[in-house]
Amino acid sequence: MSLAVVADNTVPPPEATARRDSFVELERVTHTYGRGVRQVQALSETSLRIEKGDFIALVGPSGCGKSTILKLVTGLINASTGYVFVAGRQVGAEPVRVGMAFQNPTLLPWLTLLDNVMLPLKIVPPFRQEYRAKRRGEFRDRIEALLAQVGLAGFSNKYPWQLSGGMLQRASLCRALIHEPQLLMLDEPFGALDQFTREELWGVMQDLWTTHRPTVLLVTHDLKEASFLANRICVMAARPGRIIDDSVVPFPRPRTVEMSYEPDFVAMTQRLRELIIRAKPPKGAAP
Amino acid sequence: MRVQMSSQTGRRIASAALIIGFFVLWEVLCVGFNIKDIVLPRPTQIIATLVTRFPAIWPHAVQTLYETLVAFAFGIALGVSLGVLVGSSRLAYDVTYPLLIGFSSIPKVAVVPIFVLWFGAGTVPAILTAITLAFFPIVVNVATGLATTEPELEDVMKAMKASKLDILFNVGLPRAMPYFFASLKVAVTQAFVGTVIAETVASNRGIGNLMMIASSSFDVPLVFAGLIILGALGVALYVVFSLIESRVTGWTRRTDEFAMG
Repeated sequence: MSLAVVADNTVPPPEATARRDSFVELERVTHTYGRGVRQVQALSETSLRIEKGDFIALVGPSGCGKSTILKLVTGLINASTGYVFVAGRQVGAEPVRVGMAFQNPTLLPWLTLLDNVMLPLKIVPPFRQEYRAKRRGEFRDRIEALLAQVGLAGFSNKYPWQLSGGMLQRASLCRALIHEPQLLMLDEPFGALDQFTREELWGVMQDLWTTHRPTVLLVTHDLKEASFLANRICVMAARPGRIIDDSVVPFPRPRTVEMSYEPDFVAMTQRLRELIIRAKPPKGAAP
Repeated sequence: MRVQMSSQTGRRIASAALIIGFFVLWEVLCVGFNIKDIVLPRPTQIIATLVTRFPAIWPHAVQTLYETLVAFAFGIALGVSLGVLVGSSRLAYDVTYPLLIGFSSIPKVAVVPIFVLWFGAGTVPAILTAITLAFFPIVVNVATGLATTEPELEDVMKAMKASKLDILFNVGLPRAMPYFFASLKVAVTQAFVGTVIAETVASNRGIGNLMMIASSSFDVPLVFAGLIILGALGVALYVVFSLIESRVTGWTRRTDEFAMG
C-alpha cells in the first residue's frame, strides 16, 4: 500500500539517498490500480533515471504503463511500492514546477488564448505573488512572445473555439511552458493532429525545448515522433508494464523532417518497432 | 450578419403575434360563446380593471416583487454554497443528496403554516417559502456543473499544485456558470410561486392576498388582473436574467459578438 511509503517519508531508504544526482529517479517502483480481484498491475518493478534538461520519450503499446510513469513523476498518483524522487526529494515534497500537456488541449473555453496561457502564472509560485502587478504588462508581453514563438502571433485575443486543433495544441504547449517548468510532461500531445500539423509541431517542440531546456518526458505511440524529439527512448511492454529497452538517439540537432527519411533514422524506428512487436504478449491477450 | 438580425427580428415578431393572438382568441371566444364575467372575464375587461384600479393593485405588486427578490437573493446564496459543497466531493454528493431530494419533494404549501407558527403571518413566511422553492434547482445545477469538470483539466491544475480553492475559482465555478444561469430561470419563477402561495395562505398584503380577497368577493376580473401582473413580473425577471446570462456565458454559444465584447 502507498500508506507504507508515506510512513517511510521521514527515513528514506539508504540506496535512495545514496544516489541523488539525477533529476528524476524511479527506484523499483510498481503501481497497481484497483483493489482485490479487480486489481490490475499497471507497472511492474521499474527503475528509471532522468538527467536534468534531458528529453526522454516513452514508447510502447497501449496499457504498458507509459502514462502511469508520467503521473507518478508528476505526483498525481502514488507508487504502490518503491520510491519516486524529483530533484533529490520524494515526489510531492519538492518545489519543482511542472507543466503538462495532453492529447486533448483542455483550454478553458471562457478565456482568450492570452488568459488561458496566463493561468499557470496566476497559480504557480513565485509568479502567483506577482500576478496582480504584472498581469497587464510584463506577463502579457512574455505570453505574446511565447505565442509568437509557436506561430500564434496575433491570436492572443481569440477564444479556443475560433481556432483549429493544431493551433489549440500550440497554445496548450505554451500553457505548459509559460511558468518555466523544470519538468515538462507531454502525454501524446500530437496524437489527435493530422500528419503535416504533427510534423510542424515537432519542429516547434524541438525549438521550445532548445530555448527553455526543461526536462521533458514525452509519452507517444509514434516511433518517428520519439526519434525526432527525444535524446533517449525507453521502450515499454505491456502486461505487466515494464521498460524493455533504453537507448540514446544519436542524431544531431536541430533535427528536420527530411532527416527522418535517412537510413540511420529509419533503421532506428525499425529497431524500436521490432522490439515492441517481439515483446507483444502471446495470442489471447488483448493488444 | 444581416440575415441573423432579420431572423431574430422575425422571431420576436412571431412571439409578439402569438401573445396578441392568444388574447384576441380569448376575447373572441368569450364574446362568441357569451361567457359570463364571473366565469371568465374578457381580456379587455381585465385590462380596464388593471388601469382603473391600478392605485389599489400597485402596493400589492410591489410587496410581491420585494418578497420574491429578497427570497431569490437568499436562494442564490444558499443554493450556490450548497451546490459547491455537494459538487466538490463525491462523499458530500452521496451523503446529502437523499436529504435534498426528500426536502424538495415536500409540497411547499404544507410548510407555510409552520413558518407562520414560527414567525407570524406576513412577509417572513412568504420569503422563506419562496427560498425553499428557489434554492433546490440552483443546488442541483451548480453541483452538476462542478462534478462534470474534465479529469485531464484537473490533472493540469494539480500538476501546478493548485489548491482546491484555486481549482474551484479558476475552473469549477466558471464551468458551472451556464448550469447556474439555466437554474436561475427556473428558480425565479419558482420563487414567485412560493411568495404567492404564502401570501394566499397567510398575509394581508401581496398579489396572492389580493387575489384571495377578490375571489372571495367574486371580483373575478380583479383575480385575473392579479394573474396578469404575476405573469408580467415573471417574464420581466426572466428577461433580466437572460440578459445577464448572455453577457456572462456567451462562450457556450460561441458567438462572434461575445468574442468581440
